[in-house]
Amino acid sequence: MKIAVCLKQVPSRDWQPRVNEARTWVRDAEATFEMNEPDAYALEEGLRLKERHGGEVVVCSAGPARVSQVVREALARGADRAIHVESDALAAADGAAVAGALADAMGGEAFDLVLTGLQSDDQGLAQVGVALAERLGMPHATIIMEVKVEDGALRVKRELEGGWFQWVAMPLPAVLTIQSGINQLRYATLKGIMAAKKKEIRKVEAAACASRQRIVNLYAPQKTKQTTMIGGSAAEAAAELVKRLRDEARAID
Amino acid sequence: MILVIAEQRDGQLNKASWEVVTAAQRLSARIGGAPVKVAVLGAAVTAAAGEMAGAAVAEVLAVEHPALEPYTADGFVGALEPLVASQAPDYVIVAHTYQARDFVPKLAARIDAALITDVVGLAEAEGRPAFTRLVFQGKLAADVLPEGKPPCLVTCQAGAFPADAAARGAAPAPVTTVAATLDPASIRQKPEAPFREARQAVDLSQAARIVAVGRGIREQDKLPMAEELAKLLGAELAASRPICDAGWLPPERQVGSSGQTVAPKLYLALGVSGAIQHAVGMKASKTIVAINKDAEAPIFEVADYGIVGDLFEVVPALIKELQKS
Repeated sequence: MKIAVCLKQVPSRDWQPRVNEARTWVRDAEATFEMNEPDAYALEEGLRLKERHGGEVVVCSAGPARVSQVVREALARGADRAIHVESDALAAADGAAVAGALADAMGGEAFDLVLTGLQSDDQGLAQVGVALAERLGMPHATIIMEVKVEDGALRVKRELEGGWFQWVAMPLPAVLTIQSGINQLRYATLKGIMAAKKKEIRKVEAAACASRQRIVNLYAPQKTKQTTMIGGSAAEAAAELVKRLRDEARAID
Repeated sequence: MILVIAEQRDGQLNKASWEVVTAAQRLSARIGGAPVKVAVLGAAVTAAAGEMAGAAVAEVLAVEHPALEPYTADGFVGALEPLVASQAPDYVIVAHTYQARDFVPKLAARIDAALITDVVGLAEAEGRPAFTRLVFQGKLAADVLPEGKPPCLVTCQAGAFPADAAARGAAPAPVTTVAATLDPASIRQKPEAPFREARQAVDLSQAARIVAVGRGIREQDKLPMAEELAKLLGAELAASRPICDAGWLPPERQVGSSGQTVAPKLYLALGVSGAIQHAVGMKASKTIVAINKDAEAPIFEVADYGIVGDLFEVVPALIKELQKS
């Protein structure tokens, strides 16, 4: 089975984003980056499917030159090769633009299965996987918690809200967006890291990338509540909090 | 015109459909009172459409086809593409449910429309409506303008627009039944009946107090500390998604959009960053306490009391304090 895994490089979770002067994006020159966490689960699922059914795993990523960091990491975890659609404009692009860039680069590959995370930890638009399916002419299913390949077709467990699930069958090729927690992630081994250095990363130039939306103002969210911050040593803060929860909030006896 | 797409299952309307009516009415007020219409899709939806007709809207469309039941992305997009073409709305507004996440991006790609997802508020920029959404795990808010030709598709976060603020009409709005144009053979997904996993008897929604742990707990070995605090407070132990994903606590103890929604008297969040997916499940709690080493964690946005500090120092101190009495 020829499996594509689309993954995004996003600012690290512990980086506190700072807004640029135009208030249209973050100062990402100051950021540290990591693999988008839901995409890491999609990669793991792709690797497991390859182990079960054979074939290859091709990592596809759209973004500036810096995304080669997460592409290499994916190759070190076991992906066979990569496609990197390179453009600085893709760093802050919307789902339509990213899906378009990926679809152009992936179209000729005839993938059997395309996996990606359900959304990104930066903009969180939750659009690329589904829009990509439409662009590639493939059926899709979203927020997937289990993937079975039976007789050349798919049967997947879709997460619904409030603890409900649903099995959905569909033909291959198809696109799935993967929910975090579907599997347990593996880490790259030293052997994997060495092997990754020899693996192919095909660079593709992005065609004009047309986002269908534009951030006009980026700011710290307004607080919905007046928060009482409690300072002091741990013991002092604990005593003050317990006192306030008893006397002020009446939340404990 | 603003077109709302309501959501129903087995004839039961999703409450979020009313929230979206509120959003559409507020947007309408900003663009000179553009008419709002509501579409309800399914095999037989006259009852649900009749319910939506209670809203102060211009018209309710009951868009019917046997192949729209059960829900599939192919079926919905197949029916909505011609509907949107004939109705020619300026905006299409949908609740940001798991169902919307499954079909709206496909519709946007099909008709080459702008799609702004998970919107929490309305703003204005360059003389036209902008849509506010949270980005970078809730650490920043962004006002976003759509680009290109209409319609602009918008999905609204659960709870962002109150359902009870939806204006009701003096008389029911007219309901028009529309036979959807849809080729059943074009539907590639074959869904089975929804089901729930066997669960243990933990109903967090009934808990008076909850102690929730997040990534900040770092190791499974640290959980007993949180458990001890929960016991002293008479609280249930809960967690954010990453903790359950790691298998440290069972999924039934997960709070958030993919877990349970809770509103206890006291919600004490230990090392929980407060990403949107978690916050939507707990922000209605009466008193929220956040203990986190990161002073800029979004959890402090919704907290009544906050302690910026090392939870491995603060929690033992809390335990000691509670043991005193």
